[in-house]
Amino acid sequence: MDQDRVTLFKTAERIKEELIKASRVLPQDVQALIDKVNPEGGKAESVMNAIRQNLIQAEKQNLPMCQDTGAFWCLVRIGRSSDALLANIEKAVIEGARLAAEEGYFRKSIVNDPYGERKNTGTNLPPFIYYELADGDAVDVSFLMKGFGSENCSSLRMLNPTAGEDGVVNAVVEMMKSAGGKPCPPVFLGVGVGGTMDRAAFLSKKAFFEETADSALSERILEKVNELRIGPGGLGGFPTALSVSVLSEPTHIAGLPVALTVNCWAERKCSIRFERGEI
Amino acid sequence: MKKIMLPYTEETILSVQSGDDVLLSGTLYVGRDQVHKRLYDAIENGSDLPFPFAGNGIYYMGPSPAPEGFAIGAAGPTTSARMDPFSPLLIRSGLRLMIGKGPRSEAVKEAVKEYHGLYLQAYGGCGALYSSCIRKAEVIAYPELGPEALLRLQIENFPAICVIDSEGALFRG
Repeated sequence: MDQDRVTLFKTAERIKEELIKASRVLPQDVQALIDKVNPEGGKAESVMNAIRQNLIQAEKQNLPMCQDTGAFWCLVRIGRSSDALLANIEKAVIEGARLAAEEGYFRKSIVNDPYGERKNTGTNLPPFIYYELADGDAVDVSFLMKGFGSENCSSLRMLNPTAGEDGVVNAVVEMMKSAGGKPCPPVFLGVGVGGTMDRAAFLSKKAFFEETADSALSERILEKVNELRIGPGGLGGFPTALSVSVLSEPTHIAGLPVALTVNCWAERKCSIRFERGEI
Repeated sequence: MKKIMLPYTEETILSVQSGDDVLLSGTLYVGRDQVHKRLYDAIENGSDLPFPFAGNGIYYMGPSPAPEGFAIGAAGPTTSARMDPFSPLLIRSGLRLMIGKGPRSEAVKEAVKEYHGLYLQAYGGCGALYSSCIRKAEVIAYPELGPEALLRLQIENFPAICVIDSEGALFRG
């Protein structure tokens, strides 16, 4: 094998291993938030107990924690001083995802021809890949394993430019109100504000990989969403959401796009850093 | 904790009340979006149904593949609301026990009340947990649907919560 193929093989293997692990074990910060929940009895407590028991089972049995192992949403951040070839990165991401779906016993949840025949691709491919430039010379590959019970509750509003922070909070609360018990609460929320319609939507997913840009706004949204008392499993009580992360960017004078990505309690994700020469 | 043996008896289904924690054992059928569309069309066209509705329940689920030594992979419930457009006709045709996750439409609640059915909620996202309650899984219709095919399961002590009971009472929490 030539050097390029050796590198591709190693990169794809690393991606595969991280994805398989992500399907079975939550990231430490996500698990910590679930451990910390102290429901006030009732069904909230039964649901949280089932979730905790499920996480133990998934790890012990080497099974995905949820049968919906999701669509591969992928963000590739390439250092401006990196010498990595974009075409090689794409190959590694696709191959890593393909191997993970096969060897990790992921459900093949992707279909072609969405409004027609809806024929399963049989591989859980294609992944949905975004590329960005960043500082440095490394390449960061981040995956969200996006389940669709929650994704069906993700949504977007184009607010008036004068709507302000209250408008953003209310938009998210309204979107969560119509989500109700559908997305497997307690949920994790990503909020994207500004840009264009598609940029806001993109930011609402990127938000799961960044510190919130506005912790005061995040706290406000979290509090208001929890006041809905949708509760674990949608069966009432506390909590409805466990965390809110907000990202924003400049926008047009005429608008205020607000996008919400809803993630179920099983917030499965991973980020892999490839140093210069590793990809 | 109430026990429900499947296929169910009339007495059992009427004894479960909204808010009850239940444990199900026995035979359970599995179908989600595409299966619902096909069952709906079969009823509309007067075609044969792939399994008897009387006494049986349907679980809204599409499993992940079973590794060696497992009856099934992860096998938690999917969102019930997507079956809402199909369920009232299925309930009227005798499929009165449903298991999924999340809220149902008013029309489903009314059909459950009128035909004395049950809507149970399983624990969402708990795929590994439910896998351990399933002893056997076989495809009985529509194999071309892959992970969405119609399955027959043998289950044991499968936990759920009654959200709509046979009187149409809704658990609100």
